[in-house]
Amino acid sequence: MKHDKIERNLGLLMVLTMLAISVGGLVEIVPLFFIKDTVETVKTADGKEMIRPYTPLELRGRDIYIREGCYTCHSQMIRPFRDEALRYGHYSLAAESKYDHPFQWGSKRTGPDLARVGGKYSNDWHVQHLIAPRSMVPESVMPNYPWLMSPLDTSDIADRMSALRITGVPYSKGEAEYRQNVQTFGEEVAKMLRIEDAEANLRAQAVSGNYDNNPNDITEMDALVAYLQVLGTMVDFSKFDDDYFVQFR
Amino acid sequence: MSDNASKNTTGHVWDEDLAELTNPLPNWWLWAFYITIIFSVVYWIIYPAWPMGKSFTKGMGNTITYVNNKGETKTTHWNMRAKLMKETNEAVAAQKPWFDKVAATPFEEISKNAELMQFVQSAGKTLFSENCAACHMAGGQGKLGLAPNLVDDSWIFGGTYEKIQETITIGRHGIMPPKGGSQINDEQIAQVANYVLSLSGEPHDAEAAKAGDAIFHGEGMCAACHGPDAKGIPEMGSANLTDKIWLWADVPGAPDQVAKVKAVSEVITNGLSRGKMPAWGGRLSPEQIKVLTVYVHDTLGGGK
Repeated sequence: MKHDKIERNLGLLMVLTMLAISVGGLVEIVPLFFIKDTVETVKTADGKEMIRPYTPLELRGRDIYIREGCYTCHSQMIRPFRDEALRYGHYSLAAESKYDHPFQWGSKRTGPDLARVGGKYSNDWHVQHLIAPRSMVPESVMPNYPWLMSPLDTSDIADRMSALRITGVPYSKGEAEYRQNVQTFGEEVAKMLRIEDAEANLRAQAVSGNYDNNPNDITEMDALVAYLQVLGTMVDFSKFDDDYFVQFR
Repeated sequence: MSDNASKNTTGHVWDEDLAELTNPLPNWWLWAFYITIIFSVVYWIIYPAWPMGKSFTKGMGNTITYVNNKGETKTTHWNMRAKLMKETNEAVAAQKPWFDKVAATPFEEISKNAELMQFVQSAGKTLFSENCAACHMAGGQGKLGLAPNLVDDSWIFGGTYEKIQETITIGRHGIMPPKGGSQINDEQIAQVANYVLSLSGEPHDAEAAKAGDAIFHGEGMCAACHGPDAKGIPEMGSANLTDKIWLWADVPGAPDQVAKVKAVSEVITNGLSRGKMPAWGGRLSPEQIKVLTVYVHDTLGGGK
């Protein structure tokens, strides 16, 4: 039998198994890099990108979100189903997670989807809810996160942004990249993306935003709430026809 | 095992007598497998499936026709986004007569119309649970230190239909500057706190309250927002201090007079800026907000 040859050669068996399995990945994933409509075009009337990378403070918040394992119970992907649209809002766009490394999609939800939670509740609600979820939602099974009120380590924010820059997130190093960002996102956003000013920008946003209602310290709560409050708010859907995003599928 | 070893085996023998059978697969299993293959070929033809360079096969004889918000009828290849638009349009069309009726009916008459109220109560409850209950709690009873009670008759920004509708649409942010923007010292603050407690019949020091009365209406500038009668001014969102309802200072939970004075003093000293309700005008449609308004006013309990 021909199987004999494969089954009696462990190395050959491994290579052929891997080839067989990788066909699925190659066929399903690789073409998406070439199909031009995969990531939607989402621009303002004057040609600026609506979806921007996270500010330094939001980025720290995102890292805390991942550190605490929020993704194990919360997805950030509203699927184009009527029940999800009614509860969570407009379905998620591929473009909305183009700067997420790794993305926070998923369909396993113990808690609600958070893709459009930004602006839905007040900062104060988030702070109380993160410290003691059941004080706000009695039937909640979410754990308490009281330690989020501890000071935020801001010293390595430039390194974190540099790492993401390697993956293609347009955080800028130097004047040339900054000018490119001004063109793409506008000046106000471009300033927040400068790696040189990362720590100063982070502190400025935390102080002016005062997300944790504690003006004295910059805490992990500031960062996490800033991140939660920006989720799903970058695209202004009122600027598009309701079927604009259909053409990308 | 030894019987089979002589019949249909692969011929391999391990550990002296272990052999591997090669019996043919059961027919039912084999045919089920063939059917899945045939199914997938049919699926490839009907639905979007294979990548082709910069595009993909769009599926044949399987289009979706929908109407967009400009009223244009469009037909596209099958995809979830178009399918959602079509389904949403159909559902919206089914609900539309009800929302239209609510939109066209004046507030006072909605509550008199049993059929409409049935719609308000079911649609309103769903909207309230998803959007409002996080702060105001499932029954609308509110939360001390965060969000006011919606079940009682006391309304900080006004409890008429129109005011509730405005509150939901544009959101609210109740702000009190520290010490009301005045320069009163800690002793004076305690006196004002005693006066405020006296207004609602809480335990207080009568002499301090008398001094607090003067500060309330004078140097402390409290009356500027809370009104000379301390009953609050809905246009400013200043609280009524004469009732027994407390939103920020935990007076009912304080065990004794000292703790009660301290709770009120803390609010006066630090002021308030936390009371922020988001605007729902962008998230909910005007019709949904009107349903919610009637739900909050009639089912939970509005004011005059």
